[in-house]
Amino acid sequence: MVLLLPIGVLAVEAFRATDPTTFEESWSTDSLAAVTEGASARAYVGSLQLSAITAVLGTVLGLALAVAVLRAERGRLLRRLVLTASGVLANFGGIPLAFAFIATIGSNAGVVTGLLTNTLGLGLGGFSLYSMAGLALVYLYFLIPLMVLTITPALEALRPQWREASDNLGASAWQYWRYVGGPVLLPPVLGAMMLLFASAFAAYATAKALVGSTLPLVTLQIADALSSNVVVGSENLGTALALGMVVVVGLVMAFYAWVQRRTQRWLA
Amino acid sequence: MTALAEGVAGAGSVEPAAPARTGGRRGGAWRMVVLVVLGLYFAVPIASSLWFTVRDRGSGGLTAEHYAAIPGAPGFAEAFGRSLALGVLTVVLALLLMVPTVVLVELRLPRLRTAVELLTLMPLVIPPIALVVGVRSVLSWAPDHFYGTPVADAMFALQEPTLPWILVLVYVVLVLPFVYRALDAGVRNSGLRTLTEAARSLGASWPRVLVSVVLPLLRTSVLNASFLTLALVLGEYTVASILGFETFPTWIVQVAGSQPQLSVAVSVLSLLVTWALLLLISALDRRRRTEESS
Repeated sequence: MVLLLPIGVLAVEAFRATDPTTFEESWSTDSLAAVTEGASARAYVGSLQLSAITAVLGTVLGLALAVAVLRAERGRLLRRLVLTASGVLANFGGIPLAFAFIATIGSNAGVVTGLLTNTLGLGLGGFSLYSMAGLALVYLYFLIPLMVLTITPALEALRPQWREASDNLGASAWQYWRYVGGPVLLPPVLGAMMLLFASAFAAYATAKALVGSTLPLVTLQIADALSSNVVVGSENLGTALALGMVVVVGLVMAFYAWVQRRTQRWLA
Repeated sequence: MTALAEGVAGAGSVEPAAPARTGGRRGGAWRMVVLVVLGLYFAVPIASSLWFTVRDRGSGGLTAEHYAAIPGAPGFAEAFGRSLALGVLTVVLALLLMVPTVVLVELRLPRLRTAVELLTLMPLVIPPIALVVGVRSVLSWAPDHFYGTPVADAMFALQEPTLPWILVLVYVVLVLPFVYRALDAGVRNSGLRTLTEAARSLGASWPRVLVSVVLPLLRTSVLNASFLTLALVLGEYTVASILGFETFPTWIVQVAGSQPQLSVAVSVLSLLVTWALLLLISALDRRRRTEESS
């Protein structure tokens, strides 16, 4: 009930409007219309871009790490280390992560910043932690471990017999990945990418601690709309923005469910 | 939904089976590159944070003063105590809710498994910030629609700033996926069904089965779920800050403005504590495994 009531209310409140002069509430689609233009629209575009880019990068890098670890020769210890570390780091979002990065490459006090500027005389080369690129760098810190955790079971389910069979039939490594391994792995990899996307899309604490509300991101906009007591009706804008987020994530998850149905066939 | 669910439970709950292929083939170079680059990427921020907090700016030497200053920092004891209390309450409530559910689903109502699984995954899908906006709207009904009724009084009581129960309720929802996965993994791996059937056919009563069979079997997964929940609640910022309560993470943000090194020191410490908790979980998990196989 704690879950369903707020979401239901969200869906209703997003269609309400408060009259600026009389403070009377009425039914209206104004808030929803407002979401599709101006600052709100820019925030959605910003959030979607950031989430998409970090999801793709996180998927590629996480997959590379998972494969590298699973096939390492001195496997056992390294494997356990990476998997445990992933378990910790995947949940290491939020405030501490933001501060760790400020201490590392923050513009004036960062340790690496100091090293690059004072000792090597290089500077950061125009890179700023407080930009979209900076946020992406920080987000990857919890997205890559999340990818490793999500994809490891699927990688382990690739049966060695399949590789042996394709070797015996004279297939090259490329042909194995092109016709056997790749197609089997594609659904779980896509699914994991959706999960990464949703997780980057919903991130608030990290962004808030890093950039305040200077970048166009939906989560930051919602918090802004809720905390502003000056503009009448901003509360309704906040609910409309939040409803939009639920819709976006819902679409992503519908796609995820569809992809998963295709997975079950091989990785049962 | 399995991949998603595995990801959730991944935080130390079950150690996966041995790798399908261990022997390295050709092309070890790219593997080394990946490991080194990503290893640096993950190690540098933590190392830098440590350096940032132990470096003495005046003399250039090392100092532990920022760590020593944590317990006495103004507001720390209060905020941390509140977060800890919220964490413990969340653990208790989530377990009271989920242990009977998981056991019932496994033993008596296996048909409901899919429904329960889907329901417990919902909080993972819905962004916490969207959830909390809805919670805020519901709470604002109290003065608007229910003023002077017991409902309003109850809702105001939930928002008591010293111990906000509303946060406990929201956190129970947010940790549901993690708790469910941990408990479900425990139930499945332990052969609960067989053991209860054995106990029943030997003439044990249901209460007896619950106390002497079910609870001991679930001990590790209950611990597992509790640690994860505690770690998540101690780090939760979004809900607390939007609803305007002061907890441990919101306190860190407040402090960061005036004492950056203190805030980084607290962050490093909270990471280490989380790490220790999760390592403990995986150690417990392994011990149980070896006990079972011997």
